[in-house]
Amino acid sequence: MNPLTPRIKMPSQARLDEIITIKTKVRHPMETGWRKDGDGNAVPRNRINWFICRFEGVEVFSSTFHSGVSADPYLVFYNKVSGAGTYTFEWHVDDNSVLIASVPMEINNI
Amino acid sequence: MTQHIISLSRREVLRYGGATLALLAVGPMFSTTAEASPKEAKAKLAQLTGDVDIIKGRIHITLPRLSHDGTRVRIMIKTDSPMTPDDYVRAIHILGERNTVPEIASFQFTPQSGKAEIITRIRLAKSQTIIAAAEMSDGSVYMAKARCNIARGAGGCG
Repeated sequence: MNPLTPRIKMPSQARLDEIITIKTKVRHPMETGWRKDGDGNAVPRNRINWFICRFEGVEVFSSTFHSGVSADPYLVFYNKVSGAGTYTFEWHVDDNSVLIASVPMEINNI
Repeated sequence: MTQHIISLSRREVLRYGGATLALLAVGPMFSTTAEASPKEAKAKLAQLTGDVDIIKGRIHITLPRLSHDGTRVRIMIKTDSPMTPDDYVRAIHILGERNTVPEIASFQFTPQSGKAEIITRIRLAKSQTIIAAAEMSDGSVYMAKARCNIARGAGGCG
């Protein structure tokens, strides 16, 4: 398994206009670039600097991370469900790589 | 985390003890650079929010009063806002007064967020005051402060 696979915990069904909780966690060292390894060499900087959540391509939440965010960034946020569709999540890393995940959402008005 | 191989001499292993080895891997994040000051944090906040008066209130921080490990401290931020298209929280910023770099994280919301609330985990180099500021859709800025004492900081010395 890819060690950087993001983990997302959120409902797959919700009522219209329900506020859902989205819990995300991704494995990443969030290297600040200030740390030294055992031989005294600086460990190069490698951080997730930007996170964005979109619903059907429209931004609903985004976050800028600096060095003060812990390794394995854990983030809980909320969203009001506006319809059935797909939530996509992107974590942008300093080396320009992007970790992507998506979760479908269905409307259940019972 | 496996790519960071740390080699220690027998003497160092004895000094630090096996239990702290795991911490060493993520521990000395801030050890080589100086810390910021409350003044710098305030200047950075002004830079982020623009030239407006910052009012106390409408934002609440939940932070442990004491944390044994500064490398991951749980922080929860809540705001008082109806989150309607006319009145919502545009952004929340978190700053640490005594971290190497004061900015910790910023979050952007939309009325579709439902509530402007987040939970995350942050690094604290040492015992310090955390500032959280909320930018409202009408341009006003609200802030709150919370203090967290760190037994063992992300810098290795609390």
